[in-house]
Amino acid sequence: MPAKLIEREMRTENLPHIWCPGCSHGSTMRALCQAIENAGLERKNTIIVSGIGCSSRAVGYLNFDTIHTTHGRALAFATGIKLAKPQLNVIVLTGDGDISAIGGNHLIHACRRNIGITCIVLNNNIYGMTGGQYSPTTPSGDYATTAPYGNIDRDFDIPLLAKSAGATFTARVTAYGINEAIKVMERAIRHKGFSVVDVASICPSYYGRKNKKGDVVKMLQWQRDNSVPVKAAEKMSKEELQGKIITGIFNDEQYPEYTDEYEKIIERAGGR
Amino acid sequence: MKKLVTDTSWCKGCGICAAFCPREVLKIIEDKVFVEKEENCIRCGQCELRCPDYAIWLEEDKNE
Ligand SMILES: Cc1ncc(C[n+]2csc(CCOP(=O)(O)OP(=O)(O)O)c2C)c(N)n1
Ligand code: SF4
Ligand code: SF4
Ligand code: SF4
Ligand SMILES: [Mg+2]
Repeated sequence: MPAKLIEREMRTENLPHIWCPGCSHGSTMRALCQAIENAGLERKNTIIVSGIGCSSRAVGYLNFDTIHTTHGRALAFATGIKLAKPQLNVIVLTGDGDISAIGGNHLIHACRRNIGITCIVLNNNIYGMTGGQYSPTTPSGDYATTAPYGNIDRDFDIPLLAKSAGATFTARVTAYGINEAIKVMERAIRHKGFSVVDVASICPSYYGRKNKKGDVVKMLQWQRDNSVPVKAAEKMSKEELQGKIITGIFNDEQYPEYTDEYEKIIERAGGR
Repeated sequence: MKKLVTDTSWCKGCGICAAFCPREVLKIIEDKVFVEKEENCIRCGQCELRCPDYAIWLEEDKNE
């Protein structure tokens, strides 16, 4: 018998999961379960949607109504679900490749609409599932299967991108800072409107190996030693912040939520 | 007091629990977690929070 939380929230018959030893997707999935319980969500009113990737496989283990969609399209499916049944708590669980490469357009428009969806990004700076190709969040200069001489693209800062596009709650946590991750995810779930939590994650098998980051313990220690809370980061220069992970909540605002506004349109058109 | 429990069939030997345990309670032997110094455990739950494979946790001791 596993721990009670795991028994309640996961499909234990599918465990142990397929993720590599030390992959942070496992501890992040546990943290999300804890956040869901802390936020008091009811199973019958909650649906979890993912795309494709190692991260997106989480939905196969979560004991909720879940939907494993196509690569990059989790938010498109989630938008449809939320519009059809606005009373549901809709959580999207996705990877950096899924949400910011192929799914980047869905991301900015979900932000712009401020639709009531919680989007948790398991951001390991790489395409893990397909063998370590660089993603839009692979830092410039880093290595990947498809960047054997170093990545010349600039990397996206997902919370900053989401905030600029109109998301009303954006935050970053780390796999190392798992207690904070639980608290921030709970707030994101409770938030009315579109919320994005970027979880700085570790993929030891590809990102770690390609960039000689050492074992999983070293990768987590690196996160611990290089995280800067947003308040402290405000007082630091661009140079000082080079290579650091800025953590915390970047914005938490109120703005009309999309399905509420849509409901008003239905009323105005005489549909209710 | 809570009991420290492991399920080595789920453990992948990543070493995270042992590395971040504040009291050096745990050890990895042949790619599996091993509770070496249970008497030092302060029931902080760090190992449970960090284990990617849900192979170590604290639970209520039913014998109390
Ligand atoms: C339309 C389409 N294009 C490409 C793929 C191949 N593909 C599968 S997963 C993936 C990237 C996943 O990366 P990420 O979302 O970062 O997840 P991770 O595996 O790193 O957790 C790609 C490109 C696909 N399945 N479908
Ligand atoms: S390839 Fe990377 S992301 Fe995928 S399971 Fe392994 S460590 Fe995790
Ligand atoms: S509960 Fe804390 S002290 Fe005990 S084994 Fe786990 S990490 Fe170590
Ligand atoms: S963290 Fe979990 S999987 Fe890793 S060695 Fe410890 S018990 Fe095993
Ligand atoms: Mg990825």
